[in-house]
Amino acid sequence: MADEKTTTDSPNDVVQKLVHFEKIKPKPAELTGEINTPCISKNASFDWKVQLLADKDQLNHLGYPADGLIPNWKEVFLKKMDEMLNKYRSVRLFMDICVRCGACTDKCHNFLGTGDPYNMPVARAELMRKVYRRYFTWPGKLFGSKLVDGVDLTEEVLALWHTYYYQCTECRRCSVFCPYGIDTAEITMAAREILNSVGLVQKYLHEIVFKAQTIGNNLGMIPDAVVNALEFVQDDLQEELEIEDIRIPIDEEGAEVLFVTPSADFFASPHIESLYGYAKVFYQAGISWTMSTKASEGGNFGLFIHNYEHMKKINSRIWEAAKELKVKRVIGGECGHMWRVLSSYSNTMFGPFDHLDPKYPRPQHICEFTLDLLNRGALKIDKSANDDVVVTMHDSCQVARGMEMGGHPEGQYDIPRGVIKGVCNRFVDMPQETIKERTYCCGAGQGLLGDDMMPIRVKGAMPRMQAYSAVKKSDGVNFLALICAICKAQLSKMLPTYGFAMEEAGGVHQLVAKAIVLGAKEGV
Amino acid sequence: MPTLEFDGKQVDLDEDGYLTNLDDWSEGVASTLAEQDGLNLEDSHWEVIRFLRDYYQQYQIAPMIKILVKEIKKKMGADKGNTKYLYQLFPDGPAKQACRYAGLPKPTGCV
Repeated sequence: MADEKTTTDSPNDVVQKLVHFEKIKPKPAELTGEINTPCISKNASFDWKVQLLADKDQLNHLGYPADGLIPNWKEVFLKKMDEMLNKYRSVRLFMDICVRCGACTDKCHNFLGTGDPYNMPVARAELMRKVYRRYFTWPGKLFGSKLVDGVDLTEEVLALWHTYYYQCTECRRCSVFCPYGIDTAEITMAAREILNSVGLVQKYLHEIVFKAQTIGNNLGMIPDAVVNALEFVQDDLQEELEIEDIRIPIDEEGAEVLFVTPSADFFASPHIESLYGYAKVFYQAGISWTMSTKASEGGNFGLFIHNYEHMKKINSRIWEAAKELKVKRVIGGECGHMWRVLSSYSNTMFGPFDHLDPKYPRPQHICEFTLDLLNRGALKIDKSANDDVVVTMHDSCQVARGMEMGGHPEGQYDIPRGVIKGVCNRFVDMPQETIKERTYCCGAGQGLLGDDMMPIRVKGAMPRMQAYSAVKKSDGVNFLALICAICKAQLSKMLPTYGFAMEEAGGVHQLVAKAIVLGAKEGV
Repeated sequence: MPTLEFDGKQVDLDEDGYLTNLDDWSEGVASTLAEQDGLNLEDSHWEVIRFLRDYYQQYQIAPMIKILVKEIKKKMGADKGNTKYLYQLFPDGPAKQACRYAGLPKPTGCV
């Protein structure tokens, strides 16, 4: 049958029709303050596709096919899947050990938002398991798909993969509830890389990987533009504070600290407000620091596609800059997956870091740095400057379900909250099942932040918006503090979509910037 | 692929309505794009568009909004140097809507 079809349409023609992107205007859910499990609605989000990357130069640079789906795609698909199963033993384990207990089914924000059964983590993983059982187990190989509840590779299967592996934000909430610890994010990452290998490459994500590798940051800001933006902020700070020596140093050799942060922090709102906070903290601490035009990006989209080489290339810029500038320590700004790559992967890729100060042998998070100063009384704080806000904190998925912060396994929850409480009088947590290790994704993680994904972004933000509206109602909360650039971009867009003010989302260091009193330096 | 009919020619746009080829830009193209959104470009809009284009030529990226606000404040007065004013001019947001009329590509990254 498949052969007959190809006489008129090539596999690429067939797939392109199936994964065609169409603009859909999403409707936000009604806010009740409660997160209810929806009725199952088959194919509810099947029409919501990501845009494919079509720029041939970028595709060639990244080493992916440049003309859409390749003619021998089945062969390449299975070869790549075999490679993934062998290279990442976790992925093979996750194929084998699921007992279909159903604990994950109602844990995914995108399932809760859409009701589409393919967004249940078990069903999403099952898309790969069906192929696995058919082609990688001996009964499947011998007797075909029926016996093993498998599936033969077709263009329709590809379209399902393309649709639903791009409706997973790799937030890993489901893995917290899985009795076997199956990490659907790893399955999604592997699936995306398999799709890439046959020529189905996502535009938003890969354009960014390309820019991060060739220009140095996700925004594609050339060094002159980075310098111009940072100098603007420096001038603004000096003017506003009337302090001449507050600076944002760039490429300064011999500084103690290399500070890396997402490029969004010197471009977008509300991200930029945190940059003012970082600069004020470094100034008041009296520690020499520098940013780098080479390491002008903290984020690392290589993580999202399970392509270790892409991830390594992006991360290498940070460690090259650290060596060239001869810094003693590396500190990362407010960025979710940057922290995960920096703290969990850097050492494997480029460690050990003998060139760093032995007192700081691993990268630090800016919240850890600031909290330490607060605890030592080294910062003068006027908490009343934040009395206009009642603050709550959205734990970013990549940080919350990453390894640690400050060397403590729960530091990623306590340290940012410690900073907020150190600079604000009023702090309230959202319901327990929506924070810390159980936090809900903002709805746009892992390459789903493009305008093409607006329907899934709006639906996936529902659990977080419900939790926020609940504490707004009970405690008058009016500020959602964040430590991730993606969360900032997504939630400053989702708040108005759900009827709140855009300004209610912002960075933890935006609050620090407001409360810190500069000048007196005794106690440092 | 969507297109824009202007001056008897077809101008290619991407799925979000941004120019595919930045050299296709002209004031007429900008006005036509705005007209499609029911917006009539006036001097104040052009002030923003011209600054965006000048900045882009030098830095290959749009300026951050704070830079734009400061420039508008300098050119058009303190009462207009704020984000609210820019949103009045470009209701979908200066970063997206104004850049689209100015023929700049859409920014990528966590923005």
